[in-house]
Amino acid sequence: MAYRWTNTLTPQDVTPEAAFLNRRQLIAGAAAGVGLAAMAGQGQAATEGLEPNSYEDITQYNNYYEFGTGKTDPARNAHRLTTSPWTVKIDGMVDKPGDYAMADIMDAMTIEERIYRFRCVEAWSMVIPWNGFELADLLAMAGVQGQAKYVAFETANRPDEMPGVRFPALDWPYVEGLRLDEALHPLTLMATGIYGKPIPNQNGAPMRLVVPWKYGFKSIKSIVRITLTDKEPPTSWNKANAREYGFYSNVNPEVSHPRWSQASERMVGGGLFAKRQPTLMFNGYEEEVASLYEGMDLKANF
Amino acid sequence: MDKIIDQINTTARRVPTWVVYILCLLPAPYFFYLAVTGNLGPDPVKPLEHKYGEMALQLLIAGLCITPLRQHLGINLIKFRRSLGIMAFTYVSFHLLVWAILDVQTLGRVIEDIIKRPYITIGMAGFALLLPLAVTSNNWSVRKLGPTWRKLHKLTYPAVILGGVHYIWLVKGIQIEPLIYLAVILGLLALRYWPKRRARSPA
Repeated sequence: MAYRWTNTLTPQDVTPEAAFLNRRQLIAGAAAGVGLAAMAGQGQAATEGLEPNSYEDITQYNNYYEFGTGKTDPARNAHRLTTSPWTVKIDGMVDKPGDYAMADIMDAMTIEERIYRFRCVEAWSMVIPWNGFELADLLAMAGVQGQAKYVAFETANRPDEMPGVRFPALDWPYVEGLRLDEALHPLTLMATGIYGKPIPNQNGAPMRLVVPWKYGFKSIKSIVRITLTDKEPPTSWNKANAREYGFYSNVNPEVSHPRWSQASERMVGGGLFAKRQPTLMFNGYEEEVASLYEGMDLKANF
Repeated sequence: MDKIIDQINTTARRVPTWVVYILCLLPAPYFFYLAVTGNLGPDPVKPLEHKYGEMALQLLIAGLCITPLRQHLGINLIKFRRSLGIMAFTYVSFHLLVWAILDVQTLGRVIEDIIKRPYITIGMAGFALLLPLAVTSNNWSVRKLGPTWRKLHKLTYPAVILGGVHYIWLVKGIQIEPLIYLAVILGLLALRYWPKRRARSPA
């Protein structure tokens, strides 16, 4: 519970003032450092007050199959992961391909706080105060070339440090991908912290993606490689079961997962008798991201 | 070895079956208490649901062990078999109740899930197969049904297989634990048929 209300923001940060004046009534979407101008242009985000989950909930209840398939396995096993030094290979259609040291990335980026809803495909959800920088800034550092259309990501694959990868729960290493416009969207974050503390290993240290309008598995953890490409990259869950997990995997209460209804969700931390909550289109970020999918059949492109 | 087996059989004769009921029932309120008090993690519905389901499978598997233990090792625990079966059914019911009331929460969606989601359909089919067994698990039914009773209660086999498949199907990706459960189930069922005949043939 320590650090629960720690505020790392400075007046230079673009978080709306109301969000850090009244931490208990955070406006989830609007708290994003999307930039007030952009927000005004796109209309207001979901306005209901959201209280972040406790640090303990966020760091003790994880899906990170490289450390085991149980919800508590990652917190138990992830300490084995060496996250320093860490390098991220950025390659493909970029002007400056190469191995980027995590320390250099951190020096170049401005860390800000984003309070986002987090919705798992298993129909549970949390509210998480991330610290991180926009993926767009990192991609700008490497210089995205004109022909690039997609961004592919890869998680570390270290059998010595990750007990889960000794068993083929998935085809390792874990890979994910975004369309370039999704990757460049101001909501798309590279998270390096939670509650102002360095991100714990079980949450994807030292750097993980956060795409708040998509199911959690799209937000790939412990990234070692980012590749700009002109072809839709393979994604781990899609490879494992294409019928159940599409490339887009946008949170959508109307498109049912074959095994779970996505119409509602259990809010983690609510206790045994908590009522399910209706799931919001694009996880509550419809105003911000719906335009990315204009004209697309979201049932076919699930 | 024979001495140990004799000892087990003697002890088993002395242990009344109500002991099995008490021992098997205790974990149910205990886990419920853990869930209510926040000791099953921040999302207690799923762990509780899974705990009851897992215990149901374990009890069904325990029931499947009774016959091979007697056939191959001469350990006679047959008097506990019915109580294990009833307890397994009880835990399947708890599993189902937690799922329907605390997890899914609305009747319409419960029905929709049973119809639309095959892993739930087969889970429900397993439960449906156990229902007549639970109903006929009293002495009166045993007498009344005669040899039919034995045949009827072989429904345990398809029911436990459905339970094992239900478990494999509900997890994401390929996970080792449900695979072990199904392997044990199939192994125990195979033991009933094939090594027995082998034992009869001269060495």
